[in-house]
Amino acid sequence: MNRILILGGGVGGTLTANLLVKKLRRQLKAGDVTITVVDQTGLHTYQPGFMYIAMGGERAESLQRPERGLLDSQVNLVVGEVAKVDEALRTIELRDGMRLEYDFLVLATGSRILPEAIEHFDTEAHHFYSAEAALELRKALDAFRGGRIVIGIAGMPYKCPPAPLEVAFLIEAELRQRRLRTKSELHFCSPIGRAFTIETVSEMATPILERKGIELHTFFNVESIDAERRVVQSLEGEELPYDLLILVPPHKGQQFLMDSGLAPAPGGWLPTDRATLQVGGRRNVFALGDATDLPLSKAGSTAHFEAPVVTERIVAAIEGRAIDPQRGDYLGKVMCFFEIGDGKGTLLQFDYEHPPHPPKPNQLWHLGKIVFNKTYWHTVPKGRV
Amino acid sequence: MTDTLTAPGTTRVVDARGSFCPGPLMELIRAIRESAPGQVIAVYSSDSGSKIDIPKWVEKAGHRLVELARRDGYDEIVVEKTH
Repeated sequence: MNRILILGGGVGGTLTANLLVKKLRRQLKAGDVTITVVDQTGLHTYQPGFMYIAMGGERAESLQRPERGLLDSQVNLVVGEVAKVDEALRTIELRDGMRLEYDFLVLATGSRILPEAIEHFDTEAHHFYSAEAALELRKALDAFRGGRIVIGIAGMPYKCPPAPLEVAFLIEAELRQRRLRTKSELHFCSPIGRAFTIETVSEMATPILERKGIELHTFFNVESIDAERRVVQSLEGEELPYDLLILVPPHKGQQFLMDSGLAPAPGGWLPTDRATLQVGGRRNVFALGDATDLPLSKAGSTAHFEAPVVTERIVAAIEGRAIDPQRGDYLGKVMCFFEIGDGKGTLLQFDYEHPPHPPKPNQLWHLGKIVFNKTYWHTVPKGRV
Repeated sequence: MTDTLTAPGTTRVVDARGSFCPGPLMELIRAIRESAPGQVIAVYSSDSGSKIDIPKWVEKAGHRLVELARRDGYDEIVVEKTH
């Protein structure tokens, strides 16, 4: 018997489970394999849609579906919160005391946001990393009648690296449409020495920031918020006053991964092999998606392209055959759309060896993102693309 | 230049070799946040951008660049936290 246990019912966990079913039908039928997904809520959330609650009229209800409906019927689903992984016993324990045994463990546990790590974040800053927060940001934008908008990043790494730039571009376009642009200042704060981590994307985005009159502040690592004076302060000693403050909250990996000795504190990101996706050299433990420490975008797209690699490695081990090098090594592939505003977008496609060369922004790539968002439920989790 | 010992007085080593930009800078920032003024941090980076980005950040943040040395296949950038 081979028991495959997948922690996390997001893009990575759901897709891996469904791909494993496709490859292991005979073994599942014979009762030689079980596949179980453990998810905290039993609800699958399409997180890239959060930004569109704030910026595009998206509704929170459209971004969640029951995980059960996305999983193949041969995958078991357990709804519960994981408390601990016991590697010696090859078990995981849930908060309610339930224990599950595994032979292969897939950690698709994502990342979590910690706005509370920065004092006054909850009362002073907006973000778009949950449906509720994105809706609050929408309300704040609706109430905005001019002033200084500051967009910044309060900790790296974070989910969907292009999102803060996209939000800056989309807000700038919205302010123009609402005839508020001349009454407003837009400031974009980057923690590093340029607008974006990847140099080629930075080269594309910087002239757009200039053209749109968005002031770029480099090496601005958000450290604190002075709520009384309404200024955001950087580790580097700068201050920026704001009327509307939008910050990417700090992110971490899951606490139980640190408690179980699988991921180092304080970040909680799993030490993951960039090609095999094995965790800390363990033969039977894999990680994908946001949970890893790989120098890649924390994005559903990353998990999407990692899932076939984890699948191939587990299937090869179960079938006792060599790993197909074409399918069993992750090459760092990521692909994502990038909104520019005014109904235009571009595409970022890259891997470990090839940086992205985004095409000139046009309407097609914006529409591509909208279509992808709408068709996601029928394509990605089911392994159809 | 071949491998040599890390600068005397170093209180913490951040081995960011194999991490790509901005990983080494972010690792240094984390170390700076966790250190006390006067402490000296050595960053090892195999990313060629670090020897440009890190000194720029150090200057902006008002800390002190103690040493920038080429080692065997990586750069060692030594920074003193001044405040």
